[in-house]
Amino acid sequence: MKKLLVLSVFAAMLASGTALADTSGKKIAFSNNYAGNSWRQAMLDSYGIVTKKAVEDKVVAAADVFTTADKEVPTQAAQVQNLILQGYDAIVINAASPDALNGAIKQACDAGIVVVSFDGIVTEPCAYRVVVDFKDMGKQEVEQMAKFQPKGGNLLEIRGLAGTSIDDAIHAGILEGVAAHPEFKIVGSVTGDWDQTTAQKAVATILPSLPDVVGIVDQGGDGYGAAQAFAAAKKPRPTIIMGNRQDELKWWKEQKEKDGYKTWSASIAPGVSTLAFWVAQQVLDGRKDIPHDLLVPYLAFTQDDFEAALPKIKEGGVATHEYTQEEAIAAIKANIK
Amino acid sequence: MLRGLLPALSLALVLIAIAWLNPRAISYFGFNLMLNLAIPIALATIAQMFVIAGNELDLSIGTFVGFVGCVTATWLRDAPLIGIVVLLGSIAVYALLGALIHLRNLPSIVVTLGMSFVWQGLAILVLPKPGGKAPDWLLSILSFKPPYIPFPILAALIIAAIVHFGLMRTSYGVILRGSGGNAAALRRAGWSLLRTKIVLFALTGLFGVLSGMALIGITTSADANIGNGYTLLSIAGVILGGGEFVGGRVSPIGAVLGALTLALAASPLLTFMHIPPDWQVAANGAILIIVLAARVLISRRER
Repeated sequence: MKKLLVLSVFAAMLASGTALADTSGKKIAFSNNYAGNSWRQAMLDSYGIVTKKAVEDKVVAAADVFTTADKEVPTQAAQVQNLILQGYDAIVINAASPDALNGAIKQACDAGIVVVSFDGIVTEPCAYRVVVDFKDMGKQEVEQMAKFQPKGGNLLEIRGLAGTSIDDAIHAGILEGVAAHPEFKIVGSVTGDWDQTTAQKAVATILPSLPDVVGIVDQGGDGYGAAQAFAAAKKPRPTIIMGNRQDELKWWKEQKEKDGYKTWSASIAPGVSTLAFWVAQQVLDGRKDIPHDLLVPYLAFTQDDFEAALPKIKEGGVATHEYTQEEAIAAIKANIK
Repeated sequence: MLRGLLPALSLALVLIAIAWLNPRAISYFGFNLMLNLAIPIALATIAQMFVIAGNELDLSIGTFVGFVGCVTATWLRDAPLIGIVVLLGSIAVYALLGALIHLRNLPSIVVTLGMSFVWQGLAILVLPKPGGKAPDWLLSILSFKPPYIPFPILAALIIAAIVHFGLMRTSYGVILRGSGGNAAALRRAGWSLLRTKIVLFALTGLFGVLSGMALIGITTSADANIGNGYTLLSIAGVILGGGEFVGGRVSPIGAVLGALTLALAASPLLTFMHIPPDWQVAANGAILIIVLAARVLISRRER
């Protein structure tokens, strides 16, 4: 059995040829702290599709997924420690807390395990972080808004889950964008928690007290709710930035067909989990030049290409993008300066 | 007899299962990794055991541990004096709760459920965003590597021995357990039930503080939600360790063993079994139910 394995490893090495060090015997685990919303489900789906193929192609030996029962830090810390004991070579992690897992992450690094975090990143320096440039996304929202509303005017901002680093970064980007475009003024701000129902309620509550707004800058998962609130109040429909959710793009398509409504859509793709997987694989492959902080672009749709993407998104889902190994290598290269 | 052995037996069973699934885990290094997060759980379980000994239940221990964690990672490091005062103050709050529950004859479940929101709110006030850092002395205690015996096992032995001596071998320990077993008899004998309740709750606060500090010593950094799961884990640990909800029947050694069993069954065992991700959450619950059901079945047969 062992001999056969060694032989097949050699065969794989000969076949691939390009790799610096062989990773076909390496095992990568995915530690996930939560699976209870559409974004996380899409994230797991994407991860499953890409890693299944990677295992079949003998790029890696195993890519197992472990989800904790509760969203809690000690549970995930214990899980990481067990993965160390299991003898995994790398751990891809969507962490419950940026700081409180550092103890366990350090133990993993000390045991020679490669740790790659994404979405819920960890601050321990020995780990890799795949970060989406949320600040730029917020800034870009205002830039795009300036194209649709060249005369400027009042804006309403919808914030995300309070106290998270993502909400903080997008908000900072929006403020930066508004500073660069003094023709816009933020006249109101509500908390939508990245959720259509919450956003709809929040917008409906603030609407009567608002002057006329020309646009809404938001964080994704809240655009459709905002549109519903405006429709229910029989107010003129502003330019609402969308967040790649299926219901949002569908509404956009309906409006476009009706009167040529224009907007822009952007969000973090759940498939960024697959990029984290390839980063782990590349590090195991012996690459030493990969920076520990990798900035990746967000996924954006414009007036011209959103309709092509819409049929590919599941009902109630989120637009995603699964990385191939080549794309991941290109994304890494873009971060090496 | 079997009843007393049961906690040790279930721990052995879980250990055998782990050894079979992953022999590498049964080593000095392995025990350190698998069990170090069991120390705070064991301390929280002991904390819960004291209130249960007095026929009460503490639903706030989890968020209390989280609050202590936030204080440990911020004030105890930056301004140790304030940190110590706050932690001692929180033990005093626990003692006052005991007095309140006794004097007004309130159900402890309601009072502690309310307090759980208070502790959670305070934790968020102390540490609005995850972060902070454990004091260095705490980090070095928790990463202590004694020869031959892994630190978590040594710590569990020490905790169990101290509490066992205090609660089972001293005369005031008998009084404390008696307040849950037969309160009327104690009162007639002239003992103050107010005092026993205050002492039991203060001890819960004390061990809650130790649990929170140990947790932060291991994770190195805090999060306001870090302890939330401990409430139910601690109750399950006491019951698994041979305790009863009423009657002052508790066992410190059993509680520590129960906590270790739960910590092992919930996480390492599950990870080593390679259950498909969709089923992992349910499997975690199933293991808890099986372990607890086995304990109930065996103790029933004994009667």
